[in-house]
Amino acid sequence: MTATLVSATDSLQRAAEQQSAVLRMVACGSVDDGKSTLIGRLLVETDSVPIDQLEYARTTRRGGSTIPVGEIDYSLLTDGLEAEREQGITIDVAYRHLNLPSGRRVIIADAPGHEQYTRNMSVAASTADLAVLLVDAARGLRPQTYRHLTVCALMGVTSIVVAINKMDLVGYEHATFEELAGGVRAAAARLGIDEVTAIPVSAVTGANVIDADPDVMQWYHGPTVMDALMAWEPTAAADDAPFRLPVQLISRAQGNFRGYSGTIVSGTVRPGDVIAVADSGQTATVDRIVTAEGDLEAAAAGQTVTLTLDREVDITRGDLLSAAGQGQAQPADRFAADLVWTGEEPLAHGRSYLLYVGPKVVPATVTSVRHRLDVVTGNHDAARLLKMNDIGRVELATDSPLPLDEYDLCRDTGGFLLVDRVTSDTVAAGLPRHAMRRAFNVTPHDYAVDREARQRLKGHEPKVVWMTGLSGSGKSTIADATVATLHAQGVHTYVLDGDNVRAGLNRDLGFTAEDRAENVRRVAEVAKLMADAGLVVIVALVSPFRSDRRAARDIFENDEYVEVFVDTPLAVAQERDPKGLYRKAAEGKIPNMTGVGQDYEPPENPDVTLDGTADVAVSAEALARAILDEAD
Amino acid sequence: MSHTPEIEVENAVSEEAVLDALEAEAIHVFRETAAAFRNPVLLYSIGKDSSVLLHLAVKAFAPAPIPMPVMHVDTTWKFQEMISFRDQRAEELGLDLRIATNEEAAAEGVSPFSHGTHEYTRVMKTVALREGLDRYKFDAAIGGSRRDEERSRAKERIFSLREPGHRWDARKQRPEFWRTANTRLSEGQTMRAFPISNWTEMDVWNYIRRENIPIPELYFAKPRPVVERDGVLIMVDDERFPLREGETPEMRTVRFRTLGCYPLTGAVESEADDLDTLIKEMGEAKMSERAGRLIDGEGSSSMEAKKAEGYF
Repeated sequence: MTATLVSATDSLQRAAEQQSAVLRMVACGSVDDGKSTLIGRLLVETDSVPIDQLEYARTTRRGGSTIPVGEIDYSLLTDGLEAEREQGITIDVAYRHLNLPSGRRVIIADAPGHEQYTRNMSVAASTADLAVLLVDAARGLRPQTYRHLTVCALMGVTSIVVAINKMDLVGYEHATFEELAGGVRAAAARLGIDEVTAIPVSAVTGANVIDADPDVMQWYHGPTVMDALMAWEPTAAADDAPFRLPVQLISRAQGNFRGYSGTIVSGTVRPGDVIAVADSGQTATVDRIVTAEGDLEAAAAGQTVTLTLDREVDITRGDLLSAAGQGQAQPADRFAADLVWTGEEPLAHGRSYLLYVGPKVVPATVTSVRHRLDVVTGNHDAARLLKMNDIGRVELATDSPLPLDEYDLCRDTGGFLLVDRVTSDTVAAGLPRHAMRRAFNVTPHDYAVDREARQRLKGHEPKVVWMTGLSGSGKSTIADATVATLHAQGVHTYVLDGDNVRAGLNRDLGFTAEDRAENVRRVAEVAKLMADAGLVVIVALVSPFRSDRRAARDIFENDEYVEVFVDTPLAVAQERDPKGLYRKAAEGKIPNMTGVGQDYEPPENPDVTLDGTADVAVSAEALARAILDEAD
Repeated sequence: MSHTPEIEVENAVSEEAVLDALEAEAIHVFRETAAAFRNPVLLYSIGKDSSVLLHLAVKAFAPAPIPMPVMHVDTTWKFQEMISFRDQRAEELGLDLRIATNEEAAAEGVSPFSHGTHEYTRVMKTVALREGLDRYKFDAAIGGSRRDEERSRAKERIFSLREPGHRWDARKQRPEFWRTANTRLSEGQTMRAFPISNWTEMDVWNYIRRENIPIPELYFAKPRPVVERDGVLIMVDDERFPLREGETPEMRTVRFRTLGCYPLTGAVESEADDLDTLIKEMGEAKMSERAGRLIDGEGSSSMEAKKAEGYF
């Protein structure tokens, strides 16, 4: 089959233009903030409203309207469903379209209403590049304002235009504007949003919507709302954005044609590229990039293509084609994620939901709720379940490993839905923050000098000895003495001490349950590498949670791992307080101190239990013997 | 400061690029529907939007053929030209064409003249569609609705759920995040998928021009026999049209902005006999296309009411 060939330059240029052709905007603001009027005005001024609908907005009047017949009631242009009007509620996000003078298309997701606010707002923000947030100058910043900003930040909308509206009601006062703009900027900065454009606006008079009004607000020299929309440019995709294509369907056609169809959601691909099926770890080389318009010599994010590969690989719908090696999507089966709960029924622990990410469906269970986010204050509240419109951090386990990206890396291969198996309702939208346990199907390189060879040279087996216990229980002291004994007998050792690791590798982590999980995970991975190098590794880590320790243990062979519980009563540890941590915790300076503000979960079946109040030399001797017996 | 968009040339985004983005979104929806449902169907109403849908389907699955049947809800009152165009396209593209007609009502003589437009539409379109979907046990139907068509459509999902009996329930609609669709169905539920939700009428025309998509001649101006009724020009397409006292069809140069049942479709006087003039004329007129449709005229929320009954 001969096909037209589109050059790499032409194809990539076209893809880049396509990616910047549409600006997806979320409009947020309460019913009374004048959002309908602002959107209506933008639509009318950009010629986006058919004249018969304009006529309707000139002649129809709602009860109580003070706008004279003959003038446009802008808010009527964005009028909702009859069902909503009858019931006085807002059910849904509305989508509207306008063309900017530059030719760029704006798709406005209009998320109105009080009821189900977080849900609607999250839907609208999930695809948005930019948010226009309305603030009523007369009423000032309100909880809703913070709620909008929080949802924007959560969903990855980092370009925010704040329209401080109804300036006509506050006498167009400069000081009022500056105060409100400053408040929004500060709140946004706390959420990690640094691109905030604040504009003083009167949607009713039109001042600073499309053009400035020369008679008012001469103190303002910044952009109008239209200028701000015009100024938006997409962040150019990083050159090294990893390739991602979720396979939607397998295409079979005459002449034994077999291709994999889908939308490239990140990165670029060319014939000759080695790609990986992230789910299985298998690799293959791209043969052709097929489209109805001919074969492409390169394709990039946003384009819908069909790839053929150089060899038979087992690929089914839902598999993720990924860059191989650098940037390869890694499967995991435990994740920490934020959930926006959209279901009528609250989250049920241990219930199996269906997780949808692109075309992939996998059963998944929420194993724990870590906290609920107060969307107004940003506080993490203790919570055991999530209800409709709640946002919270959870731990999630999937039935089989899934190459889920972190949300901030790629919305399309990260963002997922949870679906109820019985009602088929979408009960949550999820944003993975990090994987907690990677699956091991990355094909490792086989080296000639392997673990066995190193073990022969060292004369002993590698081991990982995981010591868990309260801070001040004596882990480090016992580890130190044990290593001294082992070293004297020619055993190659290393101690991974919690505090030392936190000073370097893990200095980005704190002491929340989530950070502790990641701390444990990283230490376990490092221990695994060291064991592979042939060492006897002693891990001295508080590691208070059973689930984290279980996850750590799971990456080792059974006979490779020894769990040691240093059993010391809390009172004794507090009395010792070698680092002064308990004292600080008592003063309220350390909220997550194990044993004080956070529980310690003792091991259920440790391989060795040491009495932390016994003589250190005795404990070390016992432990060294236990290790040597096993390591011989 | 004054607003001067003209100088923003360095920002200029081409119409091509916008169409590429819309096309990609549509192809994604086509593929998702084809793969996620057991027995999907492409609804084909012969008009410009359907013509675009057919073209998109070809592009979405090439080099493989369109992997689903195509169903036309035939009220028996379509323009004759539409039917011949339909059969020609089906042959050219090798479509598996199914026709859904409410035969019982047709035999009883239900027509736009014997019944009010609302009742006629319910019986000949809504019921026929429901029966057609049930007869073939289709669980998903792809349609050409666009959000810019009418105000209540602005809230329509891309994947729009229908309850048993094909009812649309605003409260049951699923939140749509990212490109990920919840395509799961419970007992009795079916799905409608709208790949060109985000297209405007102008996008449809520009795309037809760019891609050279065949459309019925009825869209182009040409002398046609019409009568004027209540200010609307109706084409007398066949002898079933009951002329009123004193009415004689006269030849006027007209075209149609939307195509449907000929007694219910208003013609506009126009000289636009090719795509370029037509698109130019559209840009100047700026009337919403549904203005020429008689069936929407009953009550401001009639579209929403029809949808709740199972109308497309």
